[in-house]
Amino acid sequence: MADKRTWREYPVAATIHEPGSATGQNTGDWRSQRPVRHDEKCDKCGICWIFCPDAALFMNEEGFYEVDLYHCKGCGICARECGKEAIIMVEEGE
Amino acid sequence: MGKRIGLEVSLAISEAVKLARVDAVAAYPITPQTHIVEELAQMVADGDLDARYIMVESEHSAMSACCGTAAVGARTFTATASQGLALMHEMLFIASGLRLPIVMAIANRALSAPLSIWGDQSDVMAERDIGWVQMFAETGQEAFDLTLCCFKIAEDPRVLLPTIINIDGFTLSHVVEPLEMESQQDVDDWLPTYVPQVILDPAKPVTIGPVGFPEIYTEIRKQQDMALIESYGVVLEVWDSFEKKFGRAYKPVETYRAEDAEIIINLIGAIAGTARIAVDRMREEGKKVGLVRTRLWRPYPFEEMRKALGGAKAVAVVDRALSFGGPGGPIASELRSCLYPLENKPVVASFIAGLGGRDVSIEDFYTIVAETEKVLDTGYTDEYKMIGVRE
Repeated sequence: MADKRTWREYPVAATIHEPGSATGQNTGDWRSQRPVRHDEKCDKCGICWIFCPDAALFMNEEGFYEVDLYHCKGCGICARECGKEAIIMVEEGE
Repeated sequence: MGKRIGLEVSLAISEAVKLARVDAVAAYPITPQTHIVEELAQMVADGDLDARYIMVESEHSAMSACCGTAAVGARTFTATASQGLALMHEMLFIASGLRLPIVMAIANRALSAPLSIWGDQSDVMAERDIGWVQMFAETGQEAFDLTLCCFKIAEDPRVLLPTIINIDGFTLSHVVEPLEMESQQDVDDWLPTYVPQVILDPAKPVTIGPVGFPEIYTEIRKQQDMALIESYGVVLEVWDSFEKKFGRAYKPVETYRAEDAEIIINLIGAIAGTARIAVDRMREEGKKVGLVRTRLWRPYPFEEMRKALGGAKAVAVVDRALSFGGPGGPIASELRSCLYPLENKPVVASFIAGLGGRDVSIEDFYTIVAETEKVLDTGYTDEYKMIGVRE
């Protein structure tokens, strides 16, 4: 266990006083599949970015949506919603 | 000195809540509800109480709304009973887990089925482990006084736990009793405005009730239990300051003719009045019988109970609730655990009486003491005895 604090050291009721602290959580390690984008099919519509429930997509300088694999849980919603089939889910380890 | 008046006990609690200058009340107004929230609704409607009265669609929503108002720093109150309390069950743990100092009055009543709106303590005994401070009043005056104390206990920064004032349904909630009504000035002097520690505020965002992964859940639970255990000292402090201000004293455990008693009756709530008369009569007849009423139920007053009961030959525990398939009554099983470490411990006999509004008479206490004498002579024959059941 990474957290070594005793019960006395936690804020009352485990309240989190630092806004946005979830960005530090590596939720990406839950993933069994990862989304892979195929630029030749992608028209940069941003549907994947809109539907991503974890804000794990961000626009790069070319206007494509990149996956933030530190936070992406591999739910596959981006691949499902993409109208151009430009995102394919690939098994981790492949 | 307060003004001496006659008032229905439910309305006395409403008056205490008004005098506490509560900010928010959320309640669901259907049977089994009491006059407590009905009166508060009237006070708000008439402009006599400057509070937000939130009408909701269920008791689950009532407690949810109370969690919300308490989380933004409002002094919050609700009342319920019976099925209404049962419907709140899920949210009761949220309130204590989030450390929200909500005050709730419960007019203890039976649970269905069979459908019963009458009094017993089944409702709250099913909520024993919700992590709230819990206390029981015997009289209207006590109900009024303890309601005021509940706010001061719950909101203390060392406690921050929701708190329940229990009154017996009907035998207390619906009767008119004489009591000393305190003035707004005196209550204001004694009960300061609630100063919340952490509140939901867009200007300073916090996350309350986050996910508790296995690596922290145990620690947060320990923290919560320590707050409840350590609230004991604050309860004593608040009752002490209440006595200094208003002249009426409260202790976690009330004893009556118990010092030299061989058999002590232990119970909770308003049937103590009848028990006291029975004790007096038995004393006149030469029997060494006493009474111990447990006022503070959570945190459980272990040391006081051991002190009050440890010297007796037997304790006759009278529960107005049943632990089906278990050791009889919840008060009895708690007491057995409490006394177990003692070397010379009294025999603890468990009796169930007064279920679903059935009267507990003076004669019933004679039966209870006689049955306890039998247990002393012959040992246990049953885990518990049900008083007055037709067999």
